Amino acid sequence: MNTALSWIKAYVPELECGDQEYTDAMTLSGTKVETFERLDKNLDKIYVGQIMSIERHPDADKLIICQVDLGDKQLQIVTGASNVNVGDKVPVVVDGGKVAGGHDGGPLPEGGITIKNGKLRGVESFGMMCSIEELGSSRDFYPEAPESGIYIFDESVAVGSDAIEVLGLRDTVFEYEVTSNRVDCYSVLGIAREAAATFNKPFVAPVVEVRENEEKIEDYISVEVVDTDLCSRYCARVCTNIKIEPSPEWMQRRLAASGIRPINNLVDITNYVMEEYGQPMHAFDLDTVAGKKIVVKRAKDGEEFQTLDGQVRKLDSEMLMICDAEKEIGIAGIMGGENSKITDDVKTVVFESATFNGANIRKSAKRLGLRTDASGKFEKGLDPRNAEAAINRACQLIQELGCGEVVSGMADVCQPLKELNRIKFDAERINGLLGTDISTETMMEIFGRLELTYDEATNELVIPSFRQDLEGIADIAEEVARFYGYDKIPMTLPSGEATTGKLPFKLRLEEKARDIAEFCGFSQGMCYSFESPKVFDKLMLAEDDVLRQAITISNPLGEDFSIMRTVPLNGILTSLATNYNRRNKNVRLYELGNVYLPKALPLTELPDERMQFTLGFYGDGDFFTMKGVIEEYFDVLGMNKKVTYDPNAGKVFLHPGRQASIIYDGVVLGYLGEVHPDVLDNYDIGTKAYIAVLDMPNVEPFATFNRKFEGIAKYPAVSRDISMVVPKSILVGQIEAIIEQRGGKILEGYNLFDVYEGSQIKEGFKSVAYSITFRAKDRTLEEADVAGAMKKILNGLEGLGIELRA
Amino acid sequence: MRAKLDQIKADALAQIQNADGLEKLNEVRVNVLGKKGALTAVLKSMKDVAPEDRPKVGQMVNETRAEIEAVLEDAISKMERAKRELQMKTEVIDVTLPAKKHTKGHRHPNTIAMEEVERIFIGMGYEVVEGPEIETDYYNFEALNIPADHPAKDEQDTFYISGDILLRTQTSGTQVHVMEQGKLPIRMIAPGRVFRSDEVDATHSPSFHQIEGLVIDKHITFADLKGTLAEFAKELFGEETKVKFRPHHFNFTEPSAEMDVSCFKCGGKGCRFCKGSGWIEILGCGMVHPNVLRMSNIDPEKYSGFAFGMGLERIALLKYEIDDMRLLYENDIRFLKQF
Repeated sequence: MNTALSWIKAYVPELECGDQEYTDAMTLSGTKVETFERLDKNLDKIYVGQIMSIERHPDADKLIICQVDLGDKQLQIVTGASNVNVGDKVPVVVDGGKVAGGHDGGPLPEGGITIKNGKLRGVESFGMMCSIEELGSSRDFYPEAPESGIYIFDESVAVGSDAIEVLGLRDTVFEYEVTSNRVDCYSVLGIAREAAATFNKPFVAPVVEVRENEEKIEDYISVEVVDTDLCSRYCARVCTNIKIEPSPEWMQRRLAASGIRPINNLVDITNYVMEEYGQPMHAFDLDTVAGKKIVVKRAKDGEEFQTLDGQVRKLDSEMLMICDAEKEIGIAGIMGGENSKITDDVKTVVFESATFNGANIRKSAKRLGLRTDASGKFEKGLDPRNAEAAINRACQLIQELGCGEVVSGMADVCQPLKELNRIKFDAERINGLLGTDISTETMMEIFGRLELTYDEATNELVIPSFRQDLEGIADIAEEVARFYGYDKIPMTLPSGEATTGKLPFKLRLEEKARDIAEFCGFSQGMCYSFESPKVFDKLMLAEDDVLRQAITISNPLGEDFSIMRTVPLNGILTSLATNYNRRNKNVRLYELGNVYLPKALPLTELPDERMQFTLGFYGDGDFFTMKGVIEEYFDVLGMNKKVTYDPNAGKVFLHPGRQASIIYDGVVLGYLGEVHPDVLDNYDIGTKAYIAVLDMPNVEPFATFNRKFEGIAKYPAVSRDISMVVPKSILVGQIEAIIEQRGGKILEGYNLFDVYEGSQIKEGFKSVAYSITFRAKDRTLEEADVAGAMKKILNGLEGLGIELRA
Repeated sequence: MRAKLDQIKADALAQIQNADGLEKLNEVRVNVLGKKGALTAVLKSMKDVAPEDRPKVGQMVNETRAEIEAVLEDAISKMERAKRELQMKTEVIDVTLPAKKHTKGHRHPNTIAMEEVERIFIGMGYEVVEGPEIETDYYNFEALNIPADHPAKDEQDTFYISGDILLRTQTSGTQVHVMEQGKLPIRMIAPGRVFRSDEVDATHSPSFHQIEGLVIDKHITFADLKGTLAEFAKELFGEETKVKFRPHHFNFTEPSAEMDVSCFKCGGKGCRFCKGSGWIEILGCGMVHPNVLRMSNIDPEKYSGFAFGMGLERIALLKYEIDDMRLLYENDIRFLKQF
């Protein structure tokens, strides 16, 4: 909301403050000033001058030489403008003065343009006559200005006076951020009330007195509200003998400062009242209203209606319409109809000032794709009492500005007005909430500034109707705090029962995941939770793959962000591709983020959100590098059992011969592998890449931070090396399983130190060598102990078709 | 016998004198003092000495042994020292050669900011809590005093799934889950991912992170809110940080405020980060609205509380001077490496 300070001051006449002071004080009392702009910031030394004589320039056809009277002096000014005549009063910037812009109306330079005396084609010129563009504005806001050329003042303006002042530019426009609860502050009067309360100065509301003629409204119009649920009040008044003219300058200036183009007196009055009271107004040409009747009712589904912007709109049965006896003439609260719009020939006008259901207007405007200034105000929910005040204000202005006559009476269909809200006053409770010790007197003084009255008999505060946001004691506490000053409230720390700060186990596991991933050289990425359904094709998932059962967003930002991911890989692969394409070498990334698995589609209950620890890299390293990261992580989580890997992981997006399920204690916790070359192609990654995914909810039950000291071995270990020739189809995992099963209690560990396939080994076999270590906790092992264990192991291995080498 | 011992001694000392390395000295030790050495041989020949002379001879042998040993040890020690000195002189390296570094990964700036905020509040006795990212309308809006048809719903540009299921637009819903559990007092923070249908640009992302905080107990005041958040700001941005509270409006708090911190780049003098104002808006906060308490079965006559919420990305962008939010989700290693 933008408003000139001068307009605010019209209702707070004693307000005296600088722009910055005003900004700070208003912001601290809750009416946030976003920015302000002095309209005259780049205007200086500009006066009203009268052209006394005009002569041709001796050396230039397009230039003229004017003698201009500035009251205390006369100056010679050369200009190229062709619209000036002797006797015209014009803005003149003198030597050393400043204008805001060039005559072409282009973008305004930062610091304005300084004007100096000079010569134009040899003739001296002591200043410059200004166009409205040079004064930093445009014909949009000064419609009386000529299309091109020098701005010409009304004859009544005094020669030598400050032209900036005369143009209404000695002013500052403030832009406010109004919070959605303060419907009343979307109006000049609302802001002025806040300003008066903030600076503790009297608020002087406009005095509204309507001088009516002898005629009666009943003879002109009647109103019927059919759908009272959507329209709690509808006020109509009639003005006759309308004369369309420009509105007075003061009104134009105030509208212009608010960013509203002046049009004519009638339109300007409705806009002016909307700004001033925050109540949208609409005007119909009575001659277009059939049957002298206005009916407010819902539209029928599928009907079409042409709004006054010429567009044909499709209606539905939840949209409220303004109708006459025969037809629809406007969409309530949103836009009037083409069929009833005001033209310059209008004779009689019906003003509408109504209170519509905010939620209904909001939804209708959304469905129509038509949000207007009016609908923006209605949708916040307006005060029905304000509707009457505003329509009377409009009629007063019609009469006072000589725009027409006001017919006596008002057609008013009003649901019973809600009684003024009352809130029990409890100073102790307010201080208790704020942590303050503010006296009742101070509170009462603040309530007075806010027009809240105190009913001593009931100990209640009576809330004025424009403060719909004040509902309970907490709201009252805020009012007290705002004007007592948030900055004066002390700073304390909560007393009471001590609590323990905690990071839950799940989050501790994630923290460890970050630590280990980073220890292993992986950097943390962040990827979106929503992605394109095309991802499933890129990952080559089968048409009937359950992972394609993804949750769909009904209003996504586009197909690329339309489904909630069921696989965490796309994010990491896309990020690897980004890095690959930017020629970054050896990139290792990880991510911790959820996948969203629906229990049924469409969603009827919340889905399963599963945290996934996803790692991916390209460059140095291979499958076993990734495996190392997983085992480092398990180690940190106290998962000391042997992790097993099943090559039949069944992941179509991974290399079929280089993938494995990660199995711990019989439970699949995730998978890892080399990305399938077809998938790499789909992501434009031109090198091998490896990924691993751990499903954290499955990891969690196995993790522990408990540790127990096992003692340090006192007795020596004995180790034996074995070397064997093994059919290629046998996995070393199978050999290790046998060593573990058969090694007995004294088995301490084993270490694979060689795997070889090649010329010395027969076709279809590989050579594998292990060093196996034995140790007892309570004694030095005897040769017989070790031999016994080794024999068991070797027997087991022979069972797999393994031959021992010497 | 004496002469024999003297001869052994003289020979040994001469050998020690002439030894040109530790090996030679060891030879002397073996040849003279060892099991088969000359002195040992003398001891072995004791059986030929008259019994009454044996103690005397034994003493003589031991004295000779001690003398030789002393000289030998001294020579060894000198020689070892010389060897060590030589080693120190020859083993000189070029210390400016490159370091051998373990390639470490880097945390995402969002996470660094999040862990920092968590650390501060855990220290103040807050529990970290998580809530679902796909939520119901009730927890995201209604229980937070944003009833159906409220315009605030439009302001938040919600992604909808179906029926009353949506992508949460704020972490505030987690507060409701915790309040409903009915365990008081509450001191919690809830970090997490939230979603709003903003197009991606330098300052917007449809997916970002918030941290929400909630305290509920008897006698919690607005002054407590101010004090707590002022402490937090000092911890996060430095001891010199000042805070300013401005009245604002949120549906789920009343009174509500926005908190600005004195610009941590310029200290409040005014710079491009604070757009010249000296202040940076950092979070929204307020006293929990009585309606919100009531809906979660907490009696607002007995209990009060405060809540606050902030955007993690905003803190990360400000703290690390990152000028484009898109960088946070591209995962370019050249970006991530800098944190």
